[in-house]
Formats: sequence, structure tokens, C-alpha cells
Amino acid sequence: MERAAVYDNELNLKATELRLGLPGADESEKQSSRNNKRSSAEMDDSRDKDEQESAPAPKAQVVGWPPVRSYRKNILHQKNESDLSGIFVKVSMDGAPYLRKIDLKVYINYQDLLKALENMFKCSIGVYSEREGYDGSEFAPTYEDKDGDWMLVGDVPWDMFITSCKRLRIMKGSEAKGLGCL
Amino acid sequence: MAYSFPEEVLEYVFAFLSSHKDRNAVSLVCKSWYEIERWCRRRIFIGNCYAVSPQIVIRRFPEVRAVKIKGKPHFADFNLVPEGWGAYVYPWISAMVRSYPWLEEIKLKRMVVTDESLELLSKSFKNFKVLVLSSCEGFTTDGLASIAANCRNLRELDLRECEVEDLSGHWLSHFPDNFTSLVSLNMSCLGSEVSFSALERLVSRCPNLRTLRLNRAVPVEKLPNLLRRAPQLVEFGTGAYSAENQTDIFSNLVEAFSGCKHLKSLSGFWDVDPAYLPAMYYACTGITSLNLSNATVQSPDLVELIIQCPNLKCLWVLDYIEDAGLKALPSYCKDLQELRVFPSDPYGAEPNVSLTEQGLVTVSAGCPKLQSVLYFCRQMSNAALITIARNRPNLIRFRLCIIDPQAPDYLTLEPLDTGFGAIVEHCKELLRLSMSGLLTDRVFEYIGTHAKKLEMLSIAFAGDSDLGLHNVLSGCESLRKLEIMDCPFGDKALLANAAKLETMRSLWMSSCSVRRCPSSNVEVMDERGHPDSRPETCPVEKLYIYRTVAGPRVDKPNFVWTMDEDAVLRLS
Repeated sequence: MERAAVYDNELNLKATELRLGLPGADESEKQSSRNNKRSSAEMDDSRDKDEQESAPAPKAQVVGWPPVRSYRKNILHQKNESDLSGIFVKVSMDGAPYLRKIDLKVYINYQDLLKALENMFKCSIGVYSEREGYDGSEFAPTYEDKDGDWMLVGDVPWDMFITSCKRLRIMKGSEAKGLGCL
Repeated sequence: MAYSFPEEVLEYVFAFLSSHKDRNAVSLVCKSWYEIERWCRRRIFIGNCYAVSPQIVIRRFPEVRAVKIKGKPHFADFNLVPEGWGAYVYPWISAMVRSYPWLEEIKLKRMVVTDESLELLSKSFKNFKVLVLSSCEGFTTDGLASIAANCRNLRELDLRECEVEDLSGHWLSHFPDNFTSLVSLNMSCLGSEVSFSALERLVSRCPNLRTLRLNRAVPVEKLPNLLRRAPQLVEFGTGAYSAENQTDIFSNLVEAFSGCKHLKSLSGFWDVDPAYLPAMYYACTGITSLNLSNATVQSPDLVELIIQCPNLKCLWVLDYIEDAGLKALPSYCKDLQELRVFPSDPYGAEPNVSLTEQGLVTVSAGCPKLQSVLYFCRQMSNAALITIARNRPNLIRFRLCIIDPQAPDYLTLEPLDTGFGAIVEHCKELLRLSMSGLLTDRVFEYIGTHAKKLEMLSIAFAGDSDLGLHNVLSGCESLRKLEIMDCPFGDKALLANAAKLETMRSLWMSSCSVRRCPSSNVEVMDERGHPDSRPETCPVEKLYIYRTVAGPRVDKPNFVWTMDEDAVLRLS
């Protein structure tokens, strides 16, 4: 039971949970998760090791932490052919009054990108599955590719995605149903 | 009164004062000094573009030749300031075009610069010489083409860590054939390939070129040709430092580097093939500054290069250097003054390199001139911090980032309060401090008590209550910039220290517990809607407080609200 709770803090599953309530109304939960972070540091080593084995993904990322400039974030994943200039795409969300612009180069994988979008738009996008897409989530991320088609984010390998994505649109879950099934 | 010096004499004397602080002090002596000083001030520094308006600056200083302006708060570097917040340079440029036709120099940091601004600048200032854009954004390579084509007397074009929309490399070819005045070119942040022949011709015809920082797209094969044409170079940044199996390259590089007898600074080094590093060894004896923060090369090769530089003063490197590599610095680079170690994998769950607090401890012990540190690591202890503080009381900048937020002392599991306390207690000249790890209100007691010269403080995930913030605001006499993220600080400390805020350039607080704002000139950034539209108990997302004589901003986006005095009265 406790172990599951600690696992939860590592991946911050709460942030992807579907729930009712105004956006940004999770301040109290954020406070308590911060307190939990303190207590998890006091746990003994053996439990920490178990956590590492069952939670291989990077820890949930806080915007702005660690304080690393965008162009330094992907040092480990740099390839010869990639350059420093960003891949800037516009992001719209159904119901939001204005668009945002993000640099896809800054993110290392889909999880990284979706977390950032959730933070930026204060929405919950949920977890991708090949069969169901984002079925069950309030919002689903979609993108327009080089051919002008609207695709579901997550279907193609990450590197292919960032080179073919022209713009993003976070659709209401109900509308995205059509994209999820073939 | 007939007893004062003639104006010309005073002007002559004032010309020797180069620091802005001194010139400001001089202007306060008396009315006639104020008048004389303002007419002969040639260089202006504006630390916050919203603290003053272009009109006010121009009215006071009519004969300015060089301007330096800073825009967005520092945390914008880490994506904490939403896009569209502001810091547009266009209003400044259009005002200066009318009033400073002989402007020579513009240096900007964290500002939004459009192609339109660059074009206007390039066509209006006939004697324009220096353009330095640091962490700026909003322009494309078309804007650079205007600069190249129109600024006949350009000496410096320095793009540092800018976000440029890269349409093509063609901009470089816009420098006219009779353009020979270039002294410094830094294009390292650009992506596209420029025409190599245009670059070579440019380098050949500019005999005063001393700084050349290439971008990643310039392959290592092209370096010898460039270096041979500019053996007088003092600062050089390579492009990608690897090539497909070509045997001539190494010997050409050796020859070219040995011809550069004046090199003091090296940077670039993307995609390093370690086999090519030794080609530089001949150039290393004079090197004082080495930026290897793009070099994803492992420790032995990395260290081999660094130890060739006995005069090294400034080293920027990735954590691939590891503790073992840092251990070599005291023996080979005894004059080291500045060390920055960046993380190669900041988001990895596990450490990927063997770099711990020990590396920093050994450098602090063996490099007596070390005064400026930026260090990313994954573990720290109070003992290590205390040792560092005792070893290096001459530190003036200490920025430590322990990657896991709220990580405690890994040996004792206690907060790192005493460690950072030792830093501020021993390092009496400390100007800048960034802290991380598990920290309680106690560390702020130490800071308020000891950090009397501290000008800039950055805090994240620290403290327990308003008392922490109160100690900083009431104790740190020299504090100018304070930036806070994710700390449980609220209204009380701000209200109790409202007067202090007016002595500071700015205060940034994001993801804290602030509900009420203490005074005017407060910007609240909240993408969820107006602060009034949410329950009173709900804290604001981001707060940015700065002093200004310019009044409320006219260019606010719709997610920024400035709190006026009426609003404060109404809320309470």
C-alpha cells in the first residue's frame, strides 16, 4: 500500500487523473505532494531501490526545474544531423482564448511533451495507448503533419513525430474519438 | 558662483568615470553637476526595461552613444515566463532612432527583438558598430541580413544563446564586398549552414577580426582554411568537431592551430570526435577560457585537453569530467577563477556519471583563485559545503543545483541549512547565491545575518514559512534581485517589507502562497484568469514586482494584471 503511494509520488499519476473542478484548483494537493517528497527522502535505502526498479521513467518534472536552458536539455540525446535551431510549433487548445508556441526540440519524448502541455494549459491529457488512443481523457493531443493530415500524438516514433509535426491541437476528448480508432 | 571648475574641466574629469554607479553618484552632488553629467553621459545601462521609459531616458540623457537594456526576469531562461509577456525592444529603437542618430552600440539581454527592429536599426544609425543580443528571441535570419547589408561600420555582431528562426544561412552573404570592419562575429546559436566561401572571404578581408564563433553547421574540414586566414584570432568557437574518416584533416588542423599564436578562448565543440582534440594542443598554452559545455566526450580525453591549458581561468564543462577529472585541476590549472559544470542528463532518474560533491571540494581546496562556481550534481552534504566555504572565503558567486528538489544531506539526511550557512558566513564578499536541496527557515536566518553584500539570491523548494522570506528581505542589505519558485512564502513577509522592495530591482515569486500584493508596480501573471475571479484563498501563479518610474505598462498581454492601490484596499 505504502509502496504504491510512493510510486504515485514519483510519477505524479494524480496529475493525469480525470477529475472535476476548476483548472488550477489542485494547489492543496501540490502542497501535500511536496510534503510527501520530504518524507520519501527519509526512507531507507532498500525501499528506494525497490522504487527504482518499478519506476524506470524519469521523475515527474516541475516546470523550470532543474534550471537548465532549453538548448542544454537534450545534450545526451543530440545527434549529428540535428542543429541548435528550434522546431517551433503553434499549440491550440479547444476553448482556450489564445495559442501558445513551443519548441519541440526541448522535449526528449512524448511523456516530456505531454507533461509540459498539461502544465501549460492546465488540463489533463491522460495516458496514450495504441488501441484506445487517449480514450477516457478529457483532452487528446493531435497534430497536423507534413501532408496536412490530423494525427493522434503518440502513434509514430518520437523522432519521426518532431520532424513531421507542423502544429498541435489539444482537442476535447469527445471529438478525438474518431482519431483513436481505425 | 565663480569658484567651480569650468564645465569643460568637469566633463573631462567625468569622462574617467566608467562605472554607472559612479556616474549616478556624481549626478547627485548638485544641480550643476547633474546638468553637466547628463549632457556628457555616453553609455546607459537599464537593468529592467520596464523601470523607465525611452522618453524619460532620452529627455535626461540627450547624447548617448551606447545602450544596454535587460528585459525578461532571469527565470524566463527556464520557461517560467509565458510567451508574449513583453520586453519588446521596438519602442526603444524607434524612440532612439529619432533622438540618438549617432548611436553606436546596442546590447540587449532577454528581450524580444523583431526583424522590423533590426531593419530599422540598420537603416537609421549611420555609425552603428556593436550589436550584442544575449538570450533574445523574436527575429529571423532575415533580420540578420538587414544588419549585414546596411551597417557599413559594424564591428561586433554577437548572438549569444538567442532563439533565432533560421530561414537560411544566406544572411551572411549580405555583408558587402567592401565591408572590412568586422572585429567580432558570434553566430554559434544559429542552425543553418552559411556559404563557406562567403565566410572565408569575409574572414580574409577583415584584418581586425579577433573573435569568431562558428555554428554547429560548419564542419571541422573547413576550420583550417578559416584559421589560416585569421591567425590573429583571440577567441575562436568551432562548429561540429568531427568528420568522416579523412586523414588529412588532423594534420591540417595541427598546422592551422599552431599558426594561431594569440588564442585565449575556445568554444563550440559539438559532436566531438576525441581523435581530433590533440590537434589543438599547440594553441592551448595561452588559453584562459575554455567552453566545453557542448562536448559530449568522456573523461580521459576531456581531461587531457584541459590539462594542456596551464593559464586557464574559466572552464565550462559537462559533468562528463567527473570527480576524477576535477581532481586534476589544482595540479594543472592552478589559476582557475570560474568553474561551471553542467548536467549531461538532467532528467535521468539515475546518475549517468560519477560526479559528486567531492569534485567541487577538491577544486575548492586546490585552486586558490576560484571565485565563481556553477555546479550541477546529485548529492551534497553539509560537511562538503562547510569545507568549501572554509577553503574559499573569496567566493563571489556560488550557484549550486542539486538535481533532485529538496534532496537532504545524503550522509546525515538533515537539511543543508548549516552548509549554506557556512557559505554565507565565510564568503563575506558573496554577490550571488543560488541554493537547492532540503532547506528550512533556518538557512534564511543565516543568510539574513551574514549575507550583507549579497545582490542576487535564487531559491527553490525551500523554507517553511514567511519567516524565511522575512529574514532575507530584512537582513540582506545589498539585495537587488530575488527570485523564488515553489516556496511556502506568502503575504506577511511582503507586507512587512514593502519598503525594502523599492530598494531592489525586482522580486519574482512563482508557485508560492502569495494572495495579496503589497504595493503598486506589481505584476501578477495568471493564465487561469484575473486574480479576483478565484476564491480568496487561492494563491496567484506568478508574481513579479519591480520598481519603476514609468508607471503601469501599456503593452501587457491578457494574462498579466497590475495591482493598483485600490485593488489592494478592496481585497483586504
